[in-house]
Amino acid sequence: MNHRTRSILSFLGIVASLAVVWEAYKWMGQTTGGTWPSTSVRLPVRTNNRSMPHLWDIAQSLFQPARRGGEDILLVILLRAGWFTFRSAVGGFVVGSAFGFGLGILFVRSSVAERGLMPYVVASQTVPVIALAPILVIWGGKLGLPQAVQVAVIAAYLAFFPVAINTLRGLRSPAATATELLRSYAASPSQQLWKLQVPAALPYLFPALKIAATASIIGAIVGELPAGLSRGLGRAILGFASSFSSAPEKLFASVAVSALVGILFVGLVALVERSVVPATRRVTVDAERPLA
Amino acid sequence: MTSTISLDNVSMVFGSGIDAVKALESIDLDVQPGEFVSLIGPSGCGKSTMLRVIGDLISPSAGTPQVNGKSPHQARLDRDYGMVFQSATLLDWRTVLENVALPLEIMGIDRPERDAVGRKMLELVQLDGFASHYPWQLSGGMQQRVSIARALSFQPSILLMDEPFGALDEMTRERMQMELLRIWEETETTVLFVTHSIAEAVFLSTRVIVMSPRPGRIVDRIDVDLPQPRGFDTREHQRFFELITRVREALRAIEDEPA
Ligand SMILES: Nc1ncnc2c1ncn2[C@@H]1O[C@H](COP(=O)(O)OP(=O)(O)OP(=O)(O)O)[C@@H](O)[C@H]1O
Ligand SMILES: [Mg+2]
Repeated sequence: MNHRTRSILSFLGIVASLAVVWEAYKWMGQTTGGTWPSTSVRLPVRTNNRSMPHLWDIAQSLFQPARRGGEDILLVILLRAGWFTFRSAVGGFVVGSAFGFGLGILFVRSSVAERGLMPYVVASQTVPVIALAPILVIWGGKLGLPQAVQVAVIAAYLAFFPVAINTLRGLRSPAATATELLRSYAASPSQQLWKLQVPAALPYLFPALKIAATASIIGAIVGELPAGLSRGLGRAILGFASSFSSAPEKLFASVAVSALVGILFVGLVALVERSVVPATRRVTVDAERPLA
Repeated sequence: MTSTISLDNVSMVFGSGIDAVKALESIDLDVQPGEFVSLIGPSGCGKSTMLRVIGDLISPSAGTPQVNGKSPHQARLDRDYGMVFQSATLLDWRTVLENVALPLEIMGIDRPERDAVGRKMLELVQLDGFASHYPWQLSGGMQQRVSIARALSFQPSILLMDEPFGALDEMTRERMQMELLRIWEETETTVLFVTHSIAEAVFLSTRVIVMSPRPGRIVDRIDVDLPQPRGFDTREHQRFFELITRVREALRAIEDEPA
């Protein structure tokens, strides 16, 4: 069995075990009347069909019309919304990653810039995106940016941070002797950067890009709400949340599709990583990588 | 004629106050063009530090180093020297050939030419079959040979070599010594060579510099008057053994000194 089929099988195995845990927990709660077996301690999550619909009910809801008398089944509606959200997320991901990468280069080149700007970069991530999104939308609206661009900006805002931090770390990763080697050839600063630091940073960059991919999806979903975009996952989730009491499985289904979009995005990044960074260099980022 | 390397009263102090380490103290050294000079001495006596001062990787605390009549800084910008470090320091995303051609790439030489030169250099260190391998596919000794090929690739007028053969087995080591001597004779390079092996220093050099630690000082300079070119009979030469004894005694004198 090769590496690839093994990782696919283990992924499916994990999904299957999670499904079993879900249904087993639900069954236990239904049997005991909502407590841990032979105790009177209540279960943390209620197990009725509203709080935890059966997985098959969730799956079934995907193939039924989303609205009574509607034409499209829920799955089609969610996939369409997912595709819409995915596009703004990709836009935000590209812009945010490029910005983060540039920031990493700026910081490694200028310690003045790093000391002056780093606190703001860190602080930017402590502002909740829920609070920030409406502000960015208002500003974007004043500037006449299309709504989809406003959403992408919010996605970029979340995506740039991990990329900036790991780019900086990766650019600093070459051993001192490697830096001295290039120095002994009288390499220019830009040759140092592109022939030594950037290649050395790639193994650090890709894990950050995967985080940025998921962050940009979250940013896009949250950003759609204040931007007033109704075609994306954000609106869909909010809509199904408000009809939660009558049709909880639709909310769960939309959450599942959102997760799927995120997983596919990360998978896409991993695919690029595979072709750019050879397996021997794809070490865990926390391990110090000794130079040959 | 200007010396290739000249150190005039060069000192290097690391740190300050009570933690200060005198890595080099009042070093005077003149190396003439075409000389092969070895530095030998106990660990921590400042051999690497001396190489790094000459190579403009650090600036001395005091004194004036000169390389080809210029400051080490200018000599570095003119690419006057090739360095071989104690560790091979190969870039692991580059193939062996790309590693060897790295200096040429930085000098802006185009691909066909630097590939041709790189392949010739790999032949020289007997790694021609490994051009498209990656560094991690090579043994430590092979990696070090790649780093030597890299230092030679742009034909620098000075080679600064810091224990380049330390990681090699005895047979490879002797072959590399012969190769280095051949290259040295052919290219009229000046070599400054750090080693811990007395026999290696005597076999290769025209002059052996013996250093003592704390503070790093030159305690002896021994001219090696063995006939050139050196070869297998050199090691059987009566004079070879005399010189080895001479260097060994100089080193023993350092150890006997009260610390
Ligand atoms: N960057 C540095 N900072 C502080 N101290 C240093 C530095 N480099 C070297 N030293 C000190 O200077 C002294 C000489 O070091 P150096 O590396 O030149 O020794 P060496 O003769 O090359 O030893 P070895 O044979 O073990 O390689 C040592 O005491 C070392 O601790
Ligand atoms: Mg040393």
